[in-house]
Amino acid sequence: MSLVTPLKKARGLGSAKAGTHHFWVQRVTAVALVPLTLWVAFTVAALSDQDYATVLTYFSSPFSAAMFSLFIFAAFYHAALGLQVVIEDYVHNEGVKIGALIGIKLFLALTGATSIIAVLLAAFGN
Amino acid sequence: MAEFKLPANSIIKEGKTWPTPTGASRVKNFKIYRYDPDSGQNPRWDTFPIDLDDCAPMVLDALLKIKNEIDPTLTFRRSCREGICGSCAMNIGGTNTLACIKAIEDIPGDITISPLPHMEVVKDLVPDLTHFYAQYASIKPWMQTSTPAPQDRERLQSPEDRKKLDGLYECILCASCSTSCPSYWWNGDRYLGPSVLLQAYRWVIDSRDEATGERLDNLEDPFKLYRCHTIMNCTNTCPKGLNPAKAIGELKKMMVERLY
Repeated sequence: MSLVTPLKKARGLGSAKAGTHHFWVQRVTAVALVPLTLWVAFTVAALSDQDYATVLTYFSSPFSAAMFSLFIFAAFYHAALGLQVVIEDYVHNEGVKIGALIGIKLFLALTGATSIIAVLLAAFGN
Repeated sequence: MAEFKLPANSIIKEGKTWPTPTGASRVKNFKIYRYDPDSGQNPRWDTFPIDLDDCAPMVLDALLKIKNEIDPTLTFRRSCREGICGSCAMNIGGTNTLACIKAIEDIPGDITISPLPHMEVVKDLVPDLTHFYAQYASIKPWMQTSTPAPQDRERLQSPEDRKKLDGLYECILCASCSTSCPSYWWNGDRYLGPSVLLQAYRWVIDSRDEATGERLDNLEDPFKLYRCHTIMNCTNTCPKGLNPAKAIGELKKMMVERLY
């Protein structure tokens, strides 16, 4: 039996005074991804029948490398924010939740950084 | 994890089917959720065939007929029978609404009636709304001011400012919207839910209230506010035709607005 009052339960630990930044960045990255994804899709489609050297040359232009890097950054950032929401919604064991949140962020940081470095290597010529 | 499967003692069994009234030409079956936690039995669906020619038009009328004439143990809340008290909110034909303003003829086939979803059941159609009311109390639903009240009259509000409360003040706190919201099902312990957030917005935009910033401070939380993912069940189900999703959207806009 718990003698804690309903109001204390409802107030919980109080407001975290956070969440707006997460909400806003998720929307900003979503909007940014509209042109970026279109650009990547058209570029990849246009380069699909080119040879390796042509593709490398294309990505060595500053604009292409920047666009591709921005696309990767926005996509991975957006994915991290979105997956965080999914985990917070559905995982109710505190330990598993914290573990999953950290794991997801480390995994996306690693894969995102690897992808951007691959683009930079192509741009600067290894 | 979220509860996608009911625990064994919550699985609803087939219950009693009452006899069809003799000589009735228009019979409608009411399948009603019955549960008495004290009995140790699983919940069950009881079927009550009702002669529509001998019953008033609303779902609440049928429930009262059942309680008065067939099974007096059927338990539910009701009071005003005109959609203003919010007591008889329940899930009727798969949608949360008020039994007193839902016409029987609007629902084709058999009518299933169960308590508001994902709440603890006190008995039959009566859910435990203790936490819901405590969440309402937690947003301080009263006017907060620093300026003393005028000595000789009430606090004034222009007709334009009063108009901003339309679509909000009509909320009767029946909990239909909150209990239709999956985010509230999974995280109702921390998420305030559409009904309470609509009420919070109602005080945030009241021209006479001076605690706007503190109110927004108290809402700014990944769970209290940002569990809303614009699923829109709240707006779909509101028996008063209000739009809690829009109120929550306005709160989120204000949160961003005060950042820049």
